[in-house]
Amino acid sequence: MAEGELKLLGIWGSQFVIRVKMILEQKGLSYEYQEENFANKSELLLKHNPVHKKVPVLIHGDRAICESLVILQYIDENWSGTGPPVLPANPYDRAIARFWAVYIDDKLLPLLLDTLKAETEEAKAEKIAGIHAVLEMLEEAFKKCSAGKAFFGGDSIGYLDVTLGSYLAWIRAEERIIEAKLLDETKMPLLVEWENRFLAADCVKKTLPSVERVEALGRVLIAKEREARLAK
Amino acid sequence: MASEKGVMLLDFWVSPFGQRARIALAEKGVQYEYKEENLTEKSELLLKANPVHKKIPVLIHDGKPVCESLIIVEYINEVWSDKAPLMPSDPYQKAQARFWADFVDKKVYDCGSRLWKLKGEEQQAAKKEMIEILQLLEAQLGDKKYFGGDSFGFVDVAFVPFTSWFYSYETCANFSVEGVAPKIAQWAKRCMERESVAKTLYDPKKVYEFVCFLKKKFGVE
Repeated sequence: MAEGELKLLGIWGSQFVIRVKMILEQKGLSYEYQEENFANKSELLLKHNPVHKKVPVLIHGDRAICESLVILQYIDENWSGTGPPVLPANPYDRAIARFWAVYIDDKLLPLLLDTLKAETEEAKAEKIAGIHAVLEMLEEAFKKCSAGKAFFGGDSIGYLDVTLGSYLAWIRAEERIIEAKLLDETKMPLLVEWENRFLAADCVKKTLPSVERVEALGRVLIAKEREARLAK
Repeated sequence: MASEKGVMLLDFWVSPFGQRARIALAEKGVQYEYKEENLTEKSELLLKANPVHKKIPVLIHDGKPVCESLIIVEYINEVWSDKAPLMPSDPYQKAQARFWADFVDKKVYDCGSRLWKLKGEEQQAAKKEMIEILQLLEAQLGDKKYFGGDSFGFVDVAFVPFTSWFYSYETCANFSVEGVAPKIAQWAKRCMERESVAKTLYDPKKVYEFVCFLKKKFGVE
């Protein structure tokens, strides 16, 4: 690959991949995208992420960068002169953005998966309460990070916006599947307003999959999970 | 929290995560107040400074808290940037450093805990995994002086506190770090020649006493 060429290995539904695409779009960087199949990982994926064998992997020239949050920071630092900054300039604000990004991935993803897998109404209600608690924390975090501006990152979409924003299609799809509100305007009004602004941004419109598509995928995954459980 | 000027670290003596912060502060020559927390009876200050996780370490700088050890180390590196840089300046090298520090974070503590918590087949599986982890890290270190190259860096800070746990891992699971990953063992010795590390890490036998205390507490044989 020529020096400077960008290639992204991903799977279309992965939040981790989507957030990288969002920032690449926002920076105006052109890249080649390769859809991976987890049942049949490409040579390129196994070569460039031998440790975890996961997506996303950003290949830049002959270099590979793995782990979505590491990739976002790499893009920020390597193309610092292009487009809006990804992370805030101030070290304290950066620490806060990093903290909440880790929190989102640690808490939200397992809860979203567990809610889908919940077998009883009780278990489902418990998990939904867990998601609400996380989103309420993030509502508070938004107040502090945005300081009255449009996004977690301030005037423009940044690190924390895409970290949480990459979950939006999944959150809204899951609401349809479980028939319950997760991102609730009565509980998290600021986040819902943020969501509207976020979804209107070009870099998001070009990269976030539709709720319908994610819902269809979600239903397929649940069916497979149920089959596997019954087979045991 | 009063916005007092100065640096405070809420910590627990044997925590490898807390030690990362202590080593980074020492490398940078930062004066700070150390506060030992009783984890069975957490202080008001800790609960206020880290309401989300209620965990140590927490760095409080001029009244503002920073949580999560690797985030704290990056913060320390960015604020006290005039001395002992812990990150390379090249974005790709930085990405590599963050990747491997994240790898240490995801793998070493959990696998290590399984070595002393479990027995029989489960322990054997954890031992196999630990050996793989150490050998992967050894391959990454190669013949370099430190993970950071010639200078002590982010991955060194992230991993070195666990070296005082090697004796506990070895004793519980019956293997030798030097035997499976000799370059890691040598790297550990080189790190101990640094004042920041020597003054922060506890004697491995003392750490082992703590592990034995945990084993009793968790009802492990």
